Amino acid sequence: MKVTLWGTRGSLATPGPESIRYGGNTSCVEVRGEDDTLLVLDAGTGVRRLGDTIRPEIGRVDLLLTHLHMDHIQGLGFFEPLFMPGLSVHIWGPSSTTEGLRERLQHYLSPPLFPVRLRDVPCKLTLHDVVQREDFRVGPFQIKADLVCHPGPTVGFRIRENDRVLAYIPDHEPALGMPDFPSEPAWLSGYEIAQGADLLIHDAQFSEDEYPSHVGWGHSSIPQALDFARATGVKALVPFHHDPSHSDEIMDELWEKAKADPDLPFALVPAREGATFEL
Amino acid sequence: MAQRAIELILMRQLASSLAQPILLLDADGDLLFFNEPAEALVGRRFDDVGEIRRGEWAMLFKPSEEDGTPVKREDLPLLIAIDRQEPAHRNYWIQGLDGVRRKLESTAFPLVGQSGECLGAVGLFWEID
Repeated sequence: MKVTLWGTRGSLATPGPESIRYGGNTSCVEVRGEDDTLLVLDAGTGVRRLGDTIRPEIGRVDLLLTHLHMDHIQGLGFFEPLFMPGLSVHIWGPSSTTEGLRERLQHYLSPPLFPVRLRDVPCKLTLHDVVQREDFRVGPFQIKADLVCHPGPTVGFRIRENDRVLAYIPDHEPALGMPDFPSEPAWLSGYEIAQGADLLIHDAQFSEDEYPSHVGWGHSSIPQALDFARATGVKALVPFHHDPSHSDEIMDELWEKAKADPDLPFALVPAREGATFEL
Repeated sequence: MAQRAIELILMRQLASSLAQPILLLDADGDLLFFNEPAEALVGRRFDDVGEIRRGEWAMLFKPSEEDGTPVKREDLPLLIAIDRQEPAHRNYWIQGLDGVRRKLESTAFPLVGQSGECLGAVGLFWEID
């Protein structure tokens, strides 16, 4: 499994000279299987550049949406595979208690927010509502989706190929309302998604100082992300969903401090746009 | 132990943040959690007793009418919420694990998850002086 980061920023695309090294595009991750099966995780603004690398000959693309906040779907209308006639595009994502995935996506992909309606895209489009704790298979990938602590219906994904596991929880506040965080596994949001993963891509939006004024916004501080990774026994953590206000310089300082802990039981590799990982 | 559904986790987190005594059951009727304000009614700390199975907790607190007549299990609001998946409300007396008899007002409702499945029930309690 090869994992490539096309968008690492949280909340809002942040282009500019201050964000060149860690990246300014919002959430998007490419996952390639041994047989070249393609999964795309989230459709933030990073998905546009990824889409430009995809040829119709691939036959099928599966896009897995963790949730439908704008920073995770804003690139969808610019995802070239949607406009390739004959290409099968499967979109997986959470419904709400009152609307299915198609209805929810149509709120964005329709006027006045977008000129092209979802029903008019020329690809062969199939939508799948991801319900709680549903397992599904795409090519060589066994995929588990489970709801996690973030405002609105939001899932994390656990993706297994052979004996390798990628866990993806880009928006997650498991410490919300938990004075004893990280608690025992039965009461820890996201535990079964992340448990023992070879690579965990996880929300680490805020610094420790910033978190108290953002409690309930659905995101983790850097120390909370480290504690979650420790509690779930992952082998490597990729802190993700960087705050738009964090310049490259600020992030260098934050990660230098985080890496100073000599007892970290996992590799710590802060997400940078363009980075790749082989599992 | 397997991870609980996110709705149960969030309910426990909310209960932990409130001054209202709250009990949380799973879909089998087992008592998963009670918060700190409820510890005063139960008469023990949750950390000391932990989870309690359905057949045990309902009788453990000796629910009764004012004259001491036992309240049938099927008439307890929390078990109505679980078994019939309906909200329920009533007054009754309990004897906590500390041996003290208390008069309670109780409201319970089923906890229905995002998939539409009943995941458990929540009981809210008021002690009546």
